[in-house]
Amino acid sequence: MSYVLDYYNYWVVVFLMMAGFYTVISANNLVKKIVGLNIFQTSVFMLYITMGKVSDGTAPILAEGVTQYSNPLPHVLILTAIVVGVATTAVGLSLIVRIKRAYGTVEENEFENKDDAI
Amino acid sequence: MAVLIDLVLLSMLAITALRVIFLKDLFAVVMLFGIYSLLSALIFVNLDAVDVAFTEAAVGAGISTVLMLSTLALTGRTEKENKRSSVLPLLVVIATGAALIYGTLDMPPFGAADNPIHQHVAPRYIEESPKEVGLPNLVTSVLASYRGFDTFGETVVVFSAMVGVLSLLGAARRRENSDDAAVIVAGFKGHKVLRVVAKLIIPLIILFALYVQFHGDFGPGGGFQAGVIAAAAFILYALVFSLSHAMQVVSPKFLQLLASLGVLLYASVGIYSMLKGGHFLDYNKLAADPLVGQHFGILIIELGVGIAVFAVMLSIFYAFAHQVERSTIK
Repeated sequence: MSYVLDYYNYWVVVFLMMAGFYTVISANNLVKKIVGLNIFQTSVFMLYITMGKVSDGTAPILAEGVTQYSNPLPHVLILTAIVVGVATTAVGLSLIVRIKRAYGTVEENEFENKDDAI
Repeated sequence: MAVLIDLVLLSMLAITALRVIFLKDLFAVVMLFGIYSLLSALIFVNLDAVDVAFTEAAVGAGISTVLMLSTLALTGRTEKENKRSSVLPLLVVIATGAALIYGTLDMPPFGAADNPIHQHVAPRYIEESPKEVGLPNLVTSVLASYRGFDTFGETVVVFSAMVGVLSLLGAARRRENSDDAAVIVAGFKGHKVLRVVAKLIIPLIILFALYVQFHGDFGPGGGFQAGVIAAAAFILYALVFSLSHAMQVVSPKFLQLLASLGVLLYASVGIYSMLKGGHFLDYNKLAADPLVGQHFGILIIELGVGIAVFAVMLSIFYAFAHQVERSTIK
């Protein structure tokens, strides 16, 4: 049982990563691909935060009587990554809006042969 | 108990992700993704990452849901039937997943205090930062002081994302006689309850954002979270009372200036510390007492980050909402 508890978080991270990856490579719709990318991204966040956790530790905010803190470094990296992530997602979504305007569709298989349309 | 919560929440997260793959209704997909973000925020709290949870809740469940919904308004809400075979992607995913699971078996066990990750720089941050930086919130000390260069780079990335979105979609412009358009777009205009509730909570959200901004040195919070929360307040205002009203309060031009101001404020702290004879972003030189200098430096750069993130998030929303408004008028 303790073996499962030691690795459960990592396995869920791998599952989420693969769920996101599958959505990215199999979905036709570009908006869904972006959702898949975001799921992939969140799984990486989860991996970092999982590694930073110390059992019986508390949040890394100094307080009296606390001796064990979780690792603050992954928190810093992921905090900024989330904000950068939404900003890059917005760039991706605006590309999709432009693709819709140029090709009239956001289904990947429908604009493959429409290069002359522009 | 914490372990049990962790197990349950992670399983719920996995189920949500699985549902996202098979749903064809993209509106439901985006809503599920909002739930997914909220669940991950809960998991982050459980794993002691309160600052991260704060950001994820505001960004994932708030801003990115709104952006994805406005994209759906422009591109249509249902995914077409996929005729391609999904055998090959499935095989690729299973093979990669199996390799990764095999890799996790070499990972150190979850939560052990003597894991390699806790041996290198973390002890120094935990033991020395009270003397070197003097802030209770270690995440803020590391973010703003030890890794100030990194955070500056990230603020610039967020700023360039705004430049990217605006050059792709075109900047939103305020129009003088846009009352007709406003009525069409603001579907909530007739909802009295929404309008009254929104009026009540918008000032509270802005107040909370300011608290998060200036209390970030002592508790969870900081510029990134505060900027996103403040932007959410204005987005709520735009959704309930129409875009043109929101643009009268904060105009798109002003936001572009504000975004540059935030980044420049951050950079100017670095330049100023160089003029004082230190390195770029060396806060110790900002005041006679190094600890006071650190406090000043962190306060100002967090303010710069907050202003930049607020302006970038809101102008990205304006750009999308403006596109939606244009397409409904046509």
